[in-house]
Formats: sequence, structure tokens, C-alpha cells
Amino acid sequence: MPPKPKVPGLIKGLGVTFGEMVKTLKDGPQTTRYPHEREEVAPRARGVIALHEENCTSCMLCARECPDWCIFIEAHKYLAPPRREGGKPRQKNELDRFDIDFSLCMYCGICVEVCPFDALFWSPEHEYSEIRIADLLHDKSRLDQWMQTVPDFEPYEAGSDAKVKKVPR
Amino acid sequence: MTAISDPQSVAALAADAVDNRVNLDFETEGMTLNMGPQHPATHGTLRIIARLDGEQVISAEPMCGYMHRGYEKLTEVRTYPQINALINRIDWLGSFANEVPFILAAEKLMGVEAPPRAQWIRTILFEMSRIANISLFLGDFGLQLGGMTAGFYAFRDREWVLNQIESATGGRFHPNFDRIGGLKDDLPKGWIESSHIAMDKLLAFCDELEDLLVGNEIFQGRTRGIGVIPADIALSYGLSGANLRASGVDWDLRRDNCPPGLVYDKADWKVWTHPDGDCFARTWVRLQETREAAKIVKQLLDTIPSGPVMAKVPRIIKVPEGEAYVATENPLGEMGYYVVSKGDLVPFRVKIRSASFNNISIVPWVARGAYVPDLISILGSLYFILGDIDR
Amino acid sequence: MTLLLASFAPPYWLSTLIKVLVISAVVPTTALILGMVFLFKIMSWMQSRLGPQEAGPRGTLQLLADGVKFLQKEDIAPNGADLWVFKVAPLVVLMSTLLLYVALPASMHLVVADLDVGVFFVLAISSLSVIGVLMAGWASASKYSLMGALRAAGQLIAYELPMVLAVIGVVIQAGTMSLNGIVLAQNNGSIFGWGGIGFPYILTQFVGFFIFIAAVQAELTQPPFDMPVAESEIVSGYQVEYTGFRFLIFFLAEFATAFAFAAIAAVLFLGGWAVPWLPTSSDWYYVLGPIVLFAKVMMVAFIIFWVRFTYPRFREDQLQSLAWKVLIPLALVNIVVTAVLKVVL
Repeated sequence: MPPKPKVPGLIKGLGVTFGEMVKTLKDGPQTTRYPHEREEVAPRARGVIALHEENCTSCMLCARECPDWCIFIEAHKYLAPPRREGGKPRQKNELDRFDIDFSLCMYCGICVEVCPFDALFWSPEHEYSEIRIADLLHDKSRLDQWMQTVPDFEPYEAGSDAKVKKVPR
Repeated sequence: MTAISDPQSVAALAADAVDNRVNLDFETEGMTLNMGPQHPATHGTLRIIARLDGEQVISAEPMCGYMHRGYEKLTEVRTYPQINALINRIDWLGSFANEVPFILAAEKLMGVEAPPRAQWIRTILFEMSRIANISLFLGDFGLQLGGMTAGFYAFRDREWVLNQIESATGGRFHPNFDRIGGLKDDLPKGWIESSHIAMDKLLAFCDELEDLLVGNEIFQGRTRGIGVIPADIALSYGLSGANLRASGVDWDLRRDNCPPGLVYDKADWKVWTHPDGDCFARTWVRLQETREAAKIVKQLLDTIPSGPVMAKVPRIIKVPEGEAYVATENPLGEMGYYVVSKGDLVPFRVKIRSASFNNISIVPWVARGAYVPDLISILGSLYFILGDIDR
Repeated sequence: MTLLLASFAPPYWLSTLIKVLVISAVVPTTALILGMVFLFKIMSWMQSRLGPQEAGPRGTLQLLADGVKFLQKEDIAPNGADLWVFKVAPLVVLMSTLLLYVALPASMHLVVADLDVGVFFVLAISSLSVIGVLMAGWASASKYSLMGALRAAGQLIAYELPMVLAVIGVVIQAGTMSLNGIVLAQNNGSIFGWGGIGFPYILTQFVGFFIFIAAVQAELTQPPFDMPVAESEIVSGYQVEYTGFRFLIFFLAEFATAFAFAAIAAVLFLGGWAVPWLPTSSDWYYVLGPIVLFAKVMMVAFIIFWVRFTYPRFREDQLQSLAWKVLIPLALVNIVVTAVLKVVL
């Protein structure tokens, strides 16, 4: 049961709001004056997905696992020269089209997680709103540009035995 | 013993009289007020058809379904990781709490146990989502009753918890962090210390809110004695969570029926109940629960064991045949998932037992005889989220 | 300066025109200033945020921008509305506000009409707004506005009585109902022979001041007495169907009335436009009077809005029982004690 207060709650409530007013005038508000100031976003924040094309083998796992089916991949096979003299020519996949439709994307991160070749990365960049919805379809070159905003993976907390992965640059 | 307050019996008589056309003192017509899907006092698109006699409610009928998104049908064609991403959005305020019972049910079917470090962090994030959810309730209840400043303070201080969740999981509102067998990733450096600071700020917020709102005589006049739900009625309607504990029933799934995978027995905490069962009791129990959750988080933060964060689980998850029901004490009440699997990539059927659906079923019973402002108090104090009712 | 003004005797129509222009300029200005300072800035600081910053330097022109926004909105009337009553209702409320400013003294001679029964006039005129509220609620043909209007009818009429009774104590002490006379009585009075700060009636009439402020809060339908305009229940109550310019009139009327009531409280309890160490016959008061009155109004308005932003709202029956069972008996006791002490001391 709550104890009976000594000072009536009406007076205490007035004191709380007055104190907050003084604190705001002295220390500043608790708000960030966007767009003049910007907030510090956590490095792990899920802002936009970046693609490192060299690692992608168009295995289509990300497109298959996406709950919204917002990744569109087209690739063709080509014969690469053999790795050493006298070997067989290797069959490789080359990406024609890798689009992520961010108007459908629900930022769940399943595609980034299931990629077996570490070709997709999260970036905390979040200011990419467009006037037309069609512009929210980011194609291969734009996704590659986002790689520059991907931060390095942070070190883990004490007691963890996970290895910190490296971001290919 | 069922205690029916006087206005309720009068209103029941009045309802009978209106139906049987008996002549009362004044032959007045009732008014049907439609608190429609768009209304500031309902937490979302809930429609309440209230028949009023002046300012007194004769009957109030909630109509939900405006936000039905077809979750249970969606789960029949989505794999387990995909379902995990979707069910974050059922109770969007305490969203990590939605993933946990589902993951625990799947782990039960697979026979996998998460490593201890994962269980600790899972419980910590669960309690943090409880804090995020209920601190919004405290501010929002003030907003509905007219003390708008409380709402601002709640949003301001909730940011601390949301920032913590974001720095660990990547998403403020939809973490999508739980995985079958553990968690997606480990904690970043410095998280434990910043979480301690965040919990201290939350405890200060609870004190500030008690001074501003809960101790306020006007607030107590609006909530004491309003919407009394006796314990047996609460149990028969299937209420859960703080609504049940505010009616005096000492039942908390974290203590009484905790599913394996959460480590509530490793912390020293208390279950709060209140004998009255009115709106004030529900508010007060939730305030104390927030404080208790902050204390649990602080204790668990100091004792996190080291080790891996994910058990050995195959890449493509195929849950073996069987069925499992796991329920946990979510911020809104008891949330349970009944998973039926036929050995596929996708479950055969997932039934979601959401807390708010039962919590709102008591509104017709408790609103009889209340005034319209009391109806607002009652709806606010029962605290449902539309996403949880409609799924 | 007084002689100069006395020699400037304009014809009646010119002086009336000047007075009309002055009031129509002063009323929106005061509403704007009050709204800007309290509703935007002080409320924001109490809620750990800064308030509007973009419109004008530091956001000071935000209300002007809001006014322009209201003006360009479509003028909609609901389908079943009683059109004539619907359109006239905001004007009735505004009219009572404008008439309130007629009796407010900003200085000894800077008053539109120096009535001998100033207090009586002010209290009577302020109750005219109830008709406007009822008209608005009834004519809107919406259940929410009807509920708001009925709540307003009960509340505004109920809180007229404490307001009137609280002021009677001041009238007994001053011995006159004229607002300028009350200011003079406070300024020229003395506390046990020491005329240092005059005799502001708040010192002896603190009960009356408290009741007056509570009644003013209820007359303005501000929280904690804002059941008629309960934002989270009946979404603006009687104002809910009003858009654009008509809503702007309600808004202006509410804040201008707040200023007027705060000014009346300052005149009755705090000494009005006079400062104690400057005799009231001084010519400085032509400039200093409005400034002093403005400062005192800001102090009283701060109390009103401070309470507004902190407390949740009363339920209608709790509100009524507060008026009838607490405030009115308290005010009656105050009158009796004042009368007895006035005769005895």
C-alpha cells in the first residue's frame, strides 16, 4: 500500500514542474534540434543495408529469406579464366541487378544474417527519404555507396567469447 | 463475494426500465455515443459503442478488429526466423517481449537450450521492454486524464531504455534479437555500465511520476474507487498481468510458472499486489512493477556469466513434429504461443494468446454505471494495445 | 500632462472611435503575448523541451503564423447544424471578452470607461460567454459538442458564485466598487501605519485570492477544470466542429479573457497599475502604469498556467462539489470575517 505523503501531492506536483522548468532553462532541453543538430545513433542501428559486391555470389538466400520479398536479384553465369595454367575454366555468377526496395523493407535484418559470404552489412545512415516512392528502390550502385557509411564492428562486452568480424573495405 | 457498487445497480435498473418502458422520474431518452475508431482515449483503433443516460453509461460494448493483420494466417507461410521478425509488431511497445515465448516454444520442440549468457541477456532485455512499455502507460494515463506534462516526462525518460535496446540490438522498437538457441549477437562494449545509468534514470523517473501524478489528490479522486474489479470476476474473465494483481490475486508467471530459458530465480525481487482492484490500484501496481523491473535488471547486469551466446543449431531450422505452449508474463499480461509443427520449415499453426484480448473483455461488465470520464479512466487503466487485441 | 490631456477634448464620436480601435488592437495582442509566453514557452520549459523555434527569432512569431494558418482554412459547418446559431456563437464569446476590456484600468486616465461599478460590470459581463458556449455546443449537431456544452453550462454557472463572493471581501475593504478606486485605496493605504508598500489586499484577502484564482481557472475552462474541453475524451467539446477563423475566435477569446481576469486579479489584490513608492497622482503613470500592470498580470497568469500544466482534470461532479461545498462556504466565511474586522479595526 502506498504510504501517506507528508506534503500534499498537489504542492509536490507544482514543485516538480517548476523544478523541470528551472532545469530546462539552466541545462538545456532534453530534445535535439533536428535538423540543426543531429543525434548520436548507435553503430548497430539498422538504418540502411549496404552491399559489398565482390563477396556476393548471387546464391539468392537473402531474396528467399526476406519476409517481404523486397530484394530483386538477377545474375548470369560466365566462364572465368582458370585459376592456374592448364586448369578448367570456372563458372562464376555475375550480378546484373541487385535491388532492395526500401519502401517494402521492414528492417528485420534477416538478409544480412543469412548471407553466407558476408556481402550485406548494416549501416546506421537513416536520412534517405525521397519525394517519390519509386526512388526508394536502391540499385546496385547505390547500395555499394552505402558501404562507405558502414562502421567497423564494435568490440564486445567483457565475458563474451564472440569474435569481432571485419568489414571489407 | 461480488461487490456491486451503487451506481451500477442503479444503472442496471435504469437499463431494465428503459427496455421495459417503465416510467421513471424523467422520461428521457438514452444517447448512443460512438467513441469511434479514431479517438484520443483509446490506445489505437478501438470502437466503443456506449449507451448513455446523461453522463452515465448504461452499456459499453467494445468492437475490435480494426487492426487485424492476420498474424496467425501469416505464420502458416513464414519460416521461423521470418515469424520472429513479424511478431515483434504485435505489442509494439514492449516488442522484445513478444519474441520470447515464441522462441521458447520453438526451443522446447527442438529440445535446444540456450547457453546461460544468452538466458541472462534475454531476461535483461525482457525486463527492459517491460520498463519501456509500462513507463509509457504511466505517462499516457496522465495524458488521458489531463495532466499532459506526465506524458512528456514518460517519453523523455523512456529514451534511455530505448537507446540501450538500440545499442545492443540495432532497433529501438523492433529488436528482432532473439533466435532459437540463443541470441543474434553479443553485447557491445560498455553496455552494462550504460544500462546501469539508464536504470538509475528510470528509477528517478518513477519517483518523479509518483510526485507529479500518482500522489496528486485530483488523480486519486479520478481513480480511487473507479472501475472496481473483484478478484473472482477478474479470474473468470481471464484477466492477467497487473490487472489481476491489482485485484488482489497473487499470481505472476515469472515466479509461479516460469518457462525454462528465463532466469528470474537468479534475482531477488518481489511481486506487488493491491487489494482494491480499482484504477488507482492498477496504476500503482504498474508503477511498482517498473521499479522492480529496474532492480531486476541491475541485479542481473552484475551477474552475467561469460560464455557463448548461441547454442549449436543448424543453419536451416526445421522444427521436429510436435506441439508446445509457452506463456510468459509480458508487460501487458500473459502472452502465450501454441506452436504446432509438422516437421517443416514453417509451422503448421501458431495460436497467439494475447493478454489484451482478455483484458478488454471485461469492459462491458465494469463500465456499467460509470460516468463517461470514468470510462476513460477505466480504459486507460486496463491498458491494452490494439495490436495485441487484434493481432 | 493631465492639464494637457484635459485641454484635448475630442468630439464624442472621435473619442469613441479611438477607444474602439484601442480595444480591438489590445485584445488580440494580449492574447498573442499570453499564448506565446505561456502556452508555448513556459509549457515547453516545464516539459523539458524548447517550444517553437523556427518562426521568427526564437519562435516568437509562431502564433502569428498559426493565425495565418487558421485564416486560410476551409469554413465548414456540419450537416445538421443550425447555421445561424453556429456562426454567431464564437462572436458572442468574443463580445463578452471585448466588453471586459472596457473597464480595465491601465492607469488613472488610461481606461476606456471609468465606471463607478467597475467590479460589478466586469463580473456580470464575464458570465455572458456561457450563452456563446451553449450556442456553440447545441448548434454543432454533434454528440461530443453537446456533451461539452452541457458540462460547460453547469461548470461556468457554478463557478460564477465563488468568483463574485471572493471579490466582495475586497470591495468591503476598499469601500468602493470602482476599479480605479480600489487601486487608489490599496496604494494610499498602510499596514499598521507603515505606508511602505501600500496595502495590497492579497495580504488580508489571501483566502479570497485563492478562491478567485480557482474560480478564474474554472471560468476559462483550463485544466484542472477543463471538463467542457476535455481533450482526451470529447476532443475539444463544444469547439470540436469549428474550423479556421471561427476556432481562432474561440482561441483568442480564451487567452484574451485569461489576460483580462489576471488583470482584474492584479487590480483587486495586488495593487493594480500603481507601485507603492510613487504617489498615484504622478504623471509617470501614463507610461509606467501599463508596464506595472503587465508585470503583475504576468505573475498572476504564471500561477494560472502553472496549475494548468501540472494537474489532471476533475470529473464533472467532483468539480461541482468543489464549487458548492468548498469554495462557496469558504467565500461566505471570508466575507463575514472581513466585514467584522472592518468594523472592529
